[in-house]
Amino acid sequence: MLSAILVMSGIALVLGGVLGWAAIRFRVEEDPLVDKIDAILPQTQCGQCGYPGCRPYAEAIAKGEADINRCPPGGEEGIRQLAELLGVEPKPLGEGLVHKPKSVAVIDERLCIGCTLCIQACPVDAIVGAAKQMHTVVPELCTGCELCVAPCPVDCIRMEVIKEDISNWKWRYPVVSLTALA
Amino acid sequence: MQDYLLILLGTVFVNNIVMTKMLGLCPFMGVSRKLETSLGMGAATTFVLTLASGLSYLIETHVLGEELRYLRTLSFIVVIAGIVGFTEMFIRKTSPVLFRVLGIYLPLITTNCAVLGIPLLNVQARHGFVESLFFGLGGALGFTLVLVLFAALRERLEAADVPLPFRGSAIALVSAGLMSLAFMGFAGLVK
Amino acid sequence: MRFAPTPDEPRLTPFPGGIRLPAHKEVSTQRPIAALPLLPLYVVPLRQHIGEPARPIVQAGDRVLRGQMIGRPEGYVSVGVHAPTSGRVLAVEPRPVPHPSGLADLCVVIEADGEDRAVEPTPLDWHVMDASSLRNRLREMGLAGLGGAVFPSFIKLNPGARRSIPILILNGAECEPWITCDDLLMRQRASEILLGAQIMRHMLGAQQVLVGIEDNKPQAIASMMEAAIGSDIRVVAVPSIYPAGGGKQLTYLLTGRETPAHGLTTDVGVQVFNVGTAYALYRAVVHGEPLTSRIVTVTGHVAAPGNFEVRLGTPIADLLAAAGGELTGATGRVIGGPMMGFELKDTAAPVTKAVNCVLVKDAVHFPPPPPALPCIRCGACARACPMRLSPHELYWYARHRDFGKTQALNLFDCIECGCCSYVCPSHIPLVDYYRFAKSEIWAREREKKAADEARARHEFRLQRLEREKQEKAERLAKKAAERLESGAVSAQDPDAERKRAILAAAIEKARKAKEGVQPRNVDDLPEAVRKEIASIDARRTGGNGADPTP
Repeated sequence: MLSAILVMSGIALVLGGVLGWAAIRFRVEEDPLVDKIDAILPQTQCGQCGYPGCRPYAEAIAKGEADINRCPPGGEEGIRQLAELLGVEPKPLGEGLVHKPKSVAVIDERLCIGCTLCIQACPVDAIVGAAKQMHTVVPELCTGCELCVAPCPVDCIRMEVIKEDISNWKWRYPVVSLTALA
Repeated sequence: MQDYLLILLGTVFVNNIVMTKMLGLCPFMGVSRKLETSLGMGAATTFVLTLASGLSYLIETHVLGEELRYLRTLSFIVVIAGIVGFTEMFIRKTSPVLFRVLGIYLPLITTNCAVLGIPLLNVQARHGFVESLFFGLGGALGFTLVLVLFAALRERLEAADVPLPFRGSAIALVSAGLMSLAFMGFAGLVK
Repeated sequence: MRFAPTPDEPRLTPFPGGIRLPAHKEVSTQRPIAALPLLPLYVVPLRQHIGEPARPIVQAGDRVLRGQMIGRPEGYVSVGVHAPTSGRVLAVEPRPVPHPSGLADLCVVIEADGEDRAVEPTPLDWHVMDASSLRNRLREMGLAGLGGAVFPSFIKLNPGARRSIPILILNGAECEPWITCDDLLMRQRASEILLGAQIMRHMLGAQQVLVGIEDNKPQAIASMMEAAIGSDIRVVAVPSIYPAGGGKQLTYLLTGRETPAHGLTTDVGVQVFNVGTAYALYRAVVHGEPLTSRIVTVTGHVAAPGNFEVRLGTPIADLLAAAGGELTGATGRVIGGPMMGFELKDTAAPVTKAVNCVLVKDAVHFPPPPPALPCIRCGACARACPMRLSPHELYWYARHRDFGKTQALNLFDCIECGCCSYVCPSHIPLVDYYRFAKSEIWAREREKKAADEARARHEFRLQRLEREKQEKAERLAKKAAERLESGAVSAQDPDAERKRAILAAAIEKARKAKEGVQPRNVDDLPEAVRKEIASIDARRTGGNGADPTP
C-alpha cells in the first residue's frame, strides 16, 4: 500500500516538475491570434458588434468572449474566414445584424453648418473641415461605418451605396441554366 | 532491424489503429476537416504516443514491477496527461493558430483511446523498450496517415455535389467506412 | 501551303495542349484594308488601356485638332489619349464602352468639323534620343499593345534592371478564328512593321528579332519575308494550333524557353509585341503621329466583311454600317474572337485600342451553348490546357468559391484562352469560373488593402486622441499648480471654479461671434453668388436657433 502511494506521488512529482519548467520556458506573452483575427475584420470601426472598434472585437473573439458572427460589414465571407481560422463551423450573421452593401457617407454641403461633430465621430479621419467651415467626406477613406450620421445636428449626412463602375466591376458567378435546353 | 521495420509496417498498414483496431475515432472524425489541422494533430499525437510508449514501458518494468501491476492503467494515464500538458504548452508557444484550431482535441489526446491503448498493447505483447518505441511510433504514423488521407478526402467532399441528406457527417462516415474497407486489403500482406 | 523551315531557321518546340480550330479567316480577307469616311461624331473613352485611366484635359466647348492630347496619362501604368479628328468637344461624360460589363465609362465626345486638321507632327529621332525620353514620348503618344491586352508599350520597352532583352518576338500568329486584322496589316504594310521592330530592337537592345506567323497566312508570310530581305529579322511560320498567338506560347514555340509560373516572358529574356503595335510605333516615331487609329476586322454575319482602318472613338454601329450592315438573322456581336472575346451589349460603344475585331454572330456558326452538365473528370481540359494547369481542379474549387485553393493551383497563370471550355464534353463554361475567381480575388485584395489603411488611420487617431488628452491634463495640472502658488484664488473654492467656467464660456462665445463677421473669402465672388451665400446663411440661422452664427 505504502509503495503504491509512493510510486504514484513520485510520478506526480516528476511530471509536476517538468510541467512547471515548461510553463516558464514556453510562456506566451501576447496572443498573436488577435492580430490574425484583426486582419480579417473589415476595419470599419463601426461598433455594430458591440465593441468599440475592430481590435477590441478581435480581442474578445480571441478570448472566446464574443461570437464570430457579430460583424455585419464583414458579411458572410468574413464569418467564413474567421471560422476557418478558428476551426469552427461558420454560422449566419447574429440576430439583429444586417449586412448592407458597401456605402460611403456624403455630406450635403449646402446644409453643413461646420459643427465638427461628425469629424469627432469619424473613427478613421475620413472627414475634413474645421469649425465654422463646411465639411466634406473623403470617399476613398470612408469605411461606411455610419457613425457620423447620428451626431449631425442638421441631418446633412446620408449614406450612398457605392455604384458599380468599370474599375470595381466583377465577373459574376456563372449561372448555368438547365432550362436552356437546346 | 528487420523486426523493427516489420513492427512499423505492420502498425502503419496492417493493424492500423484507426482503420482496423477502431481506436482513436474521436479525433479521426473531429480534426479531419482541414489538411493543415490534421497534419498538426497527427504530429502532436505522434509526439505524445511515441513518448508515452517509451515512458510507460519504463514505468511498467522499473517502477511498477509485478506486485504493483494494478496501478498500470492509472499510472499510464497520469504519464500521458503529463506529456499532453507539455505538448499543449509547446504548441501554444510555437503555433498559436494550430493551438486554437486543435481546440478541445489537443487536451483530448489524453483521452484518445489509441494513446492509452498502444502502451497497454505493448505490455500485453511483452515488447522490449525499443520495440515499444517503434510500436508507438508506428501506431502514431498510421494514425497520422489515415487522418491526413481522410482530411484530404473531406476537403474535396466539401466542394462536391453531395445529396442533401448525406451532407456533412453522414458522407464523412460513409467515406470512413469505405476507407476502412480499403485498409482491410493490407491484411493480405501478412501470410 | 506549308513553309518548310530552311536550315538556318530555329527549330520549333511545340507547346503543350492547344487545339486546332476552323479558321474562318477567308471571310474577311477578300478585300484590302479600307478606310472609313469621316464621321460626324466620335466618342473617345479615357480608359482604353490596362492601368489607370487617362485624366481628361479638355472640356465641353473646347476645339481640338487630330492628334491633340485629350487625356493625360495618370499614374505609371497609363498612356495618353488623343483626338481622332479636329472638331469641338461636346461633352466629357460617361458613355457605353466595349467592356464585358456593358457599363458606361468616362468618354470625350467630339463633334467633327469635317476639316480633319492635325497638330504639327513631331517625328522622333530615335537613333540619337536617349531611351528614357523616347519611352516618355511613346507614353504620351498613347502607345499600348494592340493585340488585345492593351498594356502600355513604353513599360514593355524598358529593359529595366536587365539592361537588355536578347530576343524580340513580333507576334503575327493571330491564332483566334475569324480575326484577320494582323494578317491584312502584314500583307499590306510589312516594311513599316519591320521598321517599327527595328526601333523596338534598338530600345530593348535585342540581338535577335523573330516574327512568328501561323502557317494559315501564306500571303502575310511571303510579304513579311520579302520585307525582311537584307535584314537579320527572321520570319518563322508556326503551325496553326490555337493559342499559338499567346505571348508565352509563341515564345516557347520559337525559342523553346518556358516562362516560369507567375512570371513574364522577359524572365527568360524574350519580349513579345503584336505586329499592330510595331506598326503603330513606327507611325508614332517616324511620322510623329499619336495612336488615333487601328485596323479592325468586321466579320461574321455582315453584308461586306473586311478590315477597316478605324479612328479610335468610332461608334461600332457606324463601323458595322460601313461593312454593309448586319444581315438578317444576326444573333449578337462579339468584340474580339469567338474564343476570348466578349458580348457587345450596345453598338453605340466606340472602337478602342483593344478592339481588334467585331464579330457578328449567327445561329449557324454560333448556336446557343448546350446546357452544362456535371464534370465527369475526363481530363480533356487538362490535355488541352496550353499552360499545363489542371482546369478541372481549378473549376472544382472556383465553383465552391475556395479561392485559396485556386491560387495554389496557379489560377493566375491561366491565360483564359478558352481551350478547356471548347473541349469540355459537359459544356461547362470553365473560363467563366476562372474569370469569376480572379476578379473575386482582386476585389478581396483591394478590400484588404483598404482595411489595412483604415486600421492604420484608426490607430493613429487613437494615438492622437490619447496624446491630446494627456497634454490637456498636463496643462490643467500646471495651471492648477500656478494658481495654488499665487494664492489668488483658492483651488478648493467650487464657486470660483464655476464662475471662471462661465467667464470662459462667455469669452469663447464672443470670440466666436467676432470670427463670424470676418470675411469668408467671398470678396472675389460675383454678386449673384454672394447673394446666394447670404441667403443660405440666413436660412441656417433661421432654421437652427441653437447656432449663434450671424
